[in-house]
Amino acid sequence: MIEVRFHGRGGQGAVTSAELTALAAIAQGKYGQAFPSFGPERRGAPVMAFVRVGEEPIRSREKIYEPDVVVVLDPSLPEIVDVQSGLKENGTVVLNTRKSIDEVRREHGFNCRLAVVDAMSIAMDVLKVPITNTTMLGALIKASGILPLEALHELIKHRFGPLGDKNFEACRRAFEETVVEE
Amino acid sequence: MARRVGMEVSIAAAETVALLDVDVVAAYPITPQTHIVEHLSELVADGQLDAEFVPVESEHSAMSVCVGAAAAGARTFTSTSSQGYALMVEICYIASSLRLPIVMALANRSMSAPISIWNDHADMMLARDTGWIQTVAENGQEVVDLIMHAYRVAEDHRVLLPVIVNLDGFILTHMIEPIQLPTKEEVQAYVPPYKPLLRLDPDNPVTIGPVGVPEVYTEAKKAQDEAIKNAKPVILEAWDEFEKIFGRKYKPIETYKAEDAEIILVTVGSISETAMRAVDRMRAHGKRVGLARIRLFRPFPVEEFVDAVRGAKLIGVVERALGFNGYTGPLCAELKSVLFDNGLNPYVWNFIAGLGGRDVTVEDFEEMAECLEVKANKNEPMGYEIVNARE
Repeated sequence: MIEVRFHGRGGQGAVTSAELTALAAIAQGKYGQAFPSFGPERRGAPVMAFVRVGEEPIRSREKIYEPDVVVVLDPSLPEIVDVQSGLKENGTVVLNTRKSIDEVRREHGFNCRLAVVDAMSIAMDVLKVPITNTTMLGALIKASGILPLEALHELIKHRFGPLGDKNFEACRRAFEETVVEE
Repeated sequence: MARRVGMEVSIAAAETVALLDVDVVAAYPITPQTHIVEHLSELVADGQLDAEFVPVESEHSAMSVCVGAAAAGARTFTSTSSQGYALMVEICYIASSLRLPIVMALANRSMSAPISIWNDHADMMLARDTGWIQTVAENGQEVVDLIMHAYRVAEDHRVLLPVIVNLDGFILTHMIEPIQLPTKEEVQAYVPPYKPLLRLDPDNPVTIGPVGVPEVYTEAKKAQDEAIKNAKPVILEAWDEFEKIFGRKYKPIETYKAEDAEIILVTVGSISETAMRAVDRMRAHGKRVGLARIRLFRPFPVEEFVDAVRGAKLIGVVERALGFNGYTGPLCAELKSVLFDNGLNPYVWNFIAGLGGRDVTVEDFEEMAECLEVKANKNEPMGYEIVNARE
């Protein structure tokens, strides 16, 4: 079972990222579970969302405290939230940032495997809005192999209707541009 | 054939209610409401469900509409939570007393104050003595299955009582997970169309809900008490029939690795799934731990509970509600009475956990089992504690 924690700000679509990951896994015949961090929704405030994906039925009902992968949708979050908290020993933090792996490691003191992508630029370029949830799914897939990229295609098209193709394009570009530490 | 879908549990609950072709849905549409009635209102508005959707001004009115609709012979549904349920309670007693087969999905959430929108079982305990049948789901599939079961039981002429299907607020209502959604044919094969025994009909007038003077009130209540006692065999029969059609088996007390267990933890609702993982881990370390999970809460399945825990020396009752009686939680008090009546004398400790959305983790269950052993070894007087509460 792979456990993923998404960090975003209210309105950035972290919950949608989690939902799409679980739905894609379920559509692939696997087991998946997605849920938000329950609470009053406030635009701009730090929020979390959680996903479990596995080959067996999932019986955990608690939040994810020791994720395999953490995805950070907003570049400013590592300054105010300990996004690496509880990360498993071989876990990965996937960051939306313009900076290099070395730079973010120096700035935030990460001591784990990192993956970086400039998702904001991709989203502005392809979608013309600073919403990085579908974009960062490409980065998650590149860094974790949790799903085949194609698993998201139909789902994103269905979810976003006329904007579906563009959202998948942003996702695909992030998949290609994400730099993953060995 | 049922189809496997990834879906939010609330949406799946609503889809199931729609497959059951309900006639009337009455609900208060805002906080503390869930997506269950939101989606039902969409299905009605989109013409996919031919029902009256009545978005009333309060939960009190929601249950009042349900009572009127059910008395007129309609298949009715409502859903609420916590404070909303509390506002509904006055009419809930009337629904069960009038023997109206209303079905409610109760998205279990805590009672204010302090203001809390999160999950615990305070509302389930508030419903405890209202005369409704109550079942408890542990995951999304069970929500779907128990809603079908609820209608089959409620509308059976041997029962004619309202049913609450309990599902944990947020932990289940807001969870996306895989669900086998039945087809309309399967649902209809399991739940036949509703045929009211008596109904309000101008051509054949009856009186429903008259005054019960002291000369008849006791007898009316005795009849109601007999009705819920007699419901139990029908509840079990309906689960047997369910297994024949859908292949999934339900029991009033579900167990997990309890057969040879020296320590049994009693759980209610979705924390049972986490507790199973804890049992697996403790078993791997040689500890003989098992679970008894309450599936049927009302009427309480005394024999099945006694059978499930008979071999245990230590019992830890884990519940998500307080009783404020100064000596134990509401479920534990009841279970102790069942044990006493049946001549069982295990060491029982009551863990109050998961109040107001506090997570209950695998480690929490491991600590509870250990704490139970320590207390029993020290022969501490039996009692209760609120788990993980800061001093």
